[in-house]
Amino acid sequence: MPVLEIDNIRKSFGKTEVLKGISFSLNKGEVLSIIGSSGSGKTTLLRCLNFLEFADSGTISVNGETIFDGENAKKLTDSEIRQNRLHFGLVFQSFNLFPQYSVLKNVMLAPTLLKRGTAEEIESKARALIDRVGLTEKSANYPCQLSGGQQQRVAIARALALEPDILCFDEPTSALDPELTGEVLKVIKGLKNTDSTMIVVTHEMEFAKNVSDKVLFMADGVVEEYGTPEEVFGNPKSEKTKSFLNKSLEAF
Amino acid sequence: MVSVVFKALCEGFIVTLQIFGLTLLGALPLGLIIAFGSMSRFLPLKALVKTIVWIIRGTPLMLQLIVIYYGPGLVFGNNVWGGGNGRMTAVLVAFIINYSCYFSEIYRGGIESISKGQSEAGQVLGMTKSQIFFKIILLQVVKRIIPPMSNEIITLVKDTSLARIIAVYELIWAGQSFIKGAGIIWPLFCTAIFYLAFCGILTILFGFIEKKLNYFS
Repeated sequence: MPVLEIDNIRKSFGKTEVLKGISFSLNKGEVLSIIGSSGSGKTTLLRCLNFLEFADSGTISVNGETIFDGENAKKLTDSEIRQNRLHFGLVFQSFNLFPQYSVLKNVMLAPTLLKRGTAEEIESKARALIDRVGLTEKSANYPCQLSGGQQQRVAIARALALEPDILCFDEPTSALDPELTGEVLKVIKGLKNTDSTMIVVTHEMEFAKNVSDKVLFMADGVVEEYGTPEEVFGNPKSEKTKSFLNKSLEAF
Repeated sequence: MVSVVFKALCEGFIVTLQIFGLTLLGALPLGLIIAFGSMSRFLPLKALVKTIVWIIRGTPLMLQLIVIYYGPGLVFGNNVWGGGNGRMTAVLVAFIINYSCYFSEIYRGGIESISKGQSEAGQVLGMTKSQIFFKIILLQVVKRIIPPMSNEIITLVKDTSLARIIAVYELIWAGQSFIKGAGIIWPLFCTAIFYLAFCGILTILFGFIEKKLNYFS
């Protein structure tokens, strides 16, 4: 059974329809890369999954349970929204770490507020996550003392602390220079073998090609192409995909 | 003579300090509530709050003191403020309303300057609105508003002298009373020392807080 099923998600801002009926499903442990040019709706899709935006229609199901239905979205209470969005984690393009807290407290804050165990349990789990993203020495530092790449790795640990079913990344390396991009992508790649399900919106074609199990190409708010990296990169069916890939690869 | 003057000025200064402290105690929280009102998505409330802030910031505090102290008497026919501490109560009402409106705009500026990403990060981590405000946003706002706040608070120190317009015996009045009573003006000049010293302490205090919050950016 797929961990995530998205059916016919639509979203408009005013008169502009940004998502024009997005449907796909994802199995547990899979890594999905979403590619496409700017303005194609990739970020909006992630924001709909995380309830930062509300889709106008369509459904989102996690583990077979429908957690969002455009039909009765307005009836959701604040606490239901909070409960439902915990199925997802989100790593932002601009990190959004909490500047007044140390690395350790950034990771511990949400589990503490959500009472996910005793203080000792939460701390030892947070330390393990900080280890995993390779920042053991930095756990007492504040975000302003870290490089962009280190900040993004903390953000990943922070998102993992709540053990989401699906972890989403919104262009996690777009704000980083190429040197730092590598270290973040390595961490994301490292998560792949721990059966986390991940959705990565990215412009890093090499990453999409080599790390992901599925690739989704979005153009003008529709799923233009969806399949394994071999299918999408090796044998694209749609003209739009072909021209996008050609342009992306031409650059090099 | 000097000791008589000093004693009188100290008594006046204590009243000044009372006006100052109690105004802050009331206006700092009330300003935050007004700030939320002026950011409300419920438009009638927002319009009401903005109108009140416009009226309060658009008229002199001295006039507000007079209206608040004498106005109710005109309407109800007797002095609602009563004797004894009545004048002081009226002063505090006027000062708290006036200063909370100014503070509200400082708060609003501070809150709106925090990037939306901060509250979104809290949201996706399953926090409630109040957790997001108190655990994430508030301290960042405090850090940003300390310079404009300290400005406003130092202005308040000197604005307390307006209380004398409705005959509250504060520092300026204490100094001035020697002109009539003893025919000397230097006690009035000496009040400046109290204001200067107190503002100096506040400046150091704000500098200290600013430094304390320097550990993040």
